[in-house]
Amino acid sequence: MRELSTVDRKILAKLQGDFPICERPYAEAAGQLGISEDELLQRLQQLLDDKVLTRFGPMFQIEEMGGAFVLAALAAPEERYDEVTALVNALPQVAHNYRREHALNMWFVLATETRDGIAEAIARIERDTGLPVYAFPKEREFFVEMKLEARL
Amino acid sequence: MIDDIDRTLIVATQGGLPLVPRPYHAVAEQLGLSAEEVMRRLKAMLETGIIRRIGAVPNHYAIGWTANGMTVWDVADELVDELGERIGALAFVTHCYRRPRALPAWPYNLFAMVHGASRDECSAKAGEIRALLGDACRASDILYSTKILKKSGLRIAS
Repeated sequence: MRELSTVDRKILAKLQGDFPICERPYAEAAGQLGISEDELLQRLQQLLDDKVLTRFGPMFQIEEMGGAFVLAALAAPEERYDEVTALVNALPQVAHNYRREHALNMWFVLATETRDGIAEAIARIERDTGLPVYAFPKEREFFVEMKLEARL
Repeated sequence: MIDDIDRTLIVATQGGLPLVPRPYHAVAEQLGLSAEEVMRRLKAMLETGIIRRIGAVPNHYAIGWTANGMTVWDVADELVDELGERIGALAFVTHCYRRPRALPAWPYNLFAMVHGASRDECSAKAGEIRALLGDACRASDILYSTKILKKSGLRIAS
């Protein structure tokens, strides 16, 4: 894990949202951080290269576009874990996938452009892996402030 | 709802904005649109919630939040919405949802993701949630992640 400079921390603290939509947005954001546009661009590139950031840009909310976002899980037998991971990850509809400690040991998020896409993706995973998939669609989302500051 | 132009804009930006002084102009040029139209559409999508936010998406592990626990709770149905609001408001909870149970295997209907620098920290935070839920909670568990198997985020096909 790499050390973060004070400026990098400031970028992480201030730039997880509210990036402006204007002609020179990096210049505007840089001004608020007290650095130059050039420095901000270089630091963002470095943070992306070092994988401190996974992305810099808009985060889309697929439900608002008529699509669906569903958490699902399955219990992969230990001796088949890598094979099942490869089968699940092969679907572009799988946005994230985490190994977790539980009998249900693989938890993934399906993101599809249409609501029907979820059932299709689940059917496909069940067919490919031969394992039952549990779907946990959200029934209600409680408001959270989703911004974690760097603590290194 | 989105139209075809919004869609091309989403496909062009879902992997990130160009790191150049005029990123919206660069996207506009790539798509054959005017920069004004790109900015107007992005603002509209931000207003309607299609874009949740624009900015840096950190890798939680790389910024020191190395433990993450999905805490799950079996909460009385008549109280889960009210309590869910209060748990979502806790500073260390990054996602909080009510979801269906899958009985008998899965009795939990409230999910709250907690992050910390260690499992002990996550577990202490889960204790705070437990205290807040009180008697409304019948059972709970914490599922720690041990590996990111994939993290590409939303990708819609071009």
